[in-house]
Amino acid sequence: MKAAVVVFPGSNCDRDCKVAVERSTGASVDMVWHAETALPAGLDLIVLPGGFSYGDYLRCGAMAALSPVMAEVRKAADRGVAVVGICNGFQVLCESGLLPGALLRNAALKYVCKPVELEIIRPDTRFTRAFGDRRRAVMTVGNGEGAFFADAETLARVEGEGQVVFRYADNPNGSLNDIAGLINAGGNVLGLMPHPDRSFEAELGSADGALLFQSLLETA
Amino acid sequence: MRARVHVFLKAGVLDVQGKAVENALHGLGWTGVSDVRVGKTIEFDLGGVDAGAAEAEVRRMCETLLANTVIEGYRIEIS
Repeated sequence: MKAAVVVFPGSNCDRDCKVAVERSTGASVDMVWHAETALPAGLDLIVLPGGFSYGDYLRCGAMAALSPVMAEVRKAADRGVAVVGICNGFQVLCESGLLPGALLRNAALKYVCKPVELEIIRPDTRFTRAFGDRRRAVMTVGNGEGAFFADAETLARVEGEGQVVFRYADNPNGSLNDIAGLINAGGNVLGLMPHPDRSFEAELGSADGALLFQSLLETA
Repeated sequence: MRARVHVFLKAGVLDVQGKAVENALHGLGWTGVSDVRVGKTIEFDLGGVDAGAAEAEVRRMCETLLANTVIEGYRIEIS
């Protein structure tokens, strides 16, 4: 498998993502600076990492979504390449319109950083199949603006089309319908607030994040 | 020409900052205050843009970058 991690100014989980994908899957992982106008050839996976791209100025992920490299990420997504946006990467995907909705400031106004239990709503996606029969996973969240929001019509569509992949067992941030992660209609773009890259080996408290990356091996 | 863009969360989108400010105002004795909304103002010079086209141009900036219309509304002033 061949993967790339996009590095925006202010990304701070880019190296975590590289190490997590490498150790979970054995993939070779390139780092791609946001100003690039081309992606490495033959990618199976693109990761948009967590952090504070552009200092979270204006809105989280707003300026990163307009970075030159995002035009290439969009083209790759249109071709069916798997794209995972984690935390700030999820915000970037929503801002870029690759995923519906937006992430709002947490309901309690606090930055939340802790392991959370997730319900796996869609164990059949290309990002979750390695979870097998398991319907629960534990990953760490770390966000101040992680409350998923979409208007009623969009939310009904997302739910109706089975785009919710993960829900919080105990909602930490006020996300509508406890949504922790969702997928696009094409099934190849996943955004989630919890960090599989901070939960990919037992020493980190949970190794469940590795299963997310390993799920992709079956199509790679 | 100068543009001033006001961006606010739409009605119906919970504004937790507004709620916190409202609670603080209540705590200070302004108990009649309600529906506090916290937004942001973005000001800039428009350079050589034609006066007639200015508002449409700023509207495009809002739709492209300055506001996320999934959650935010905006109001434009040109002076």
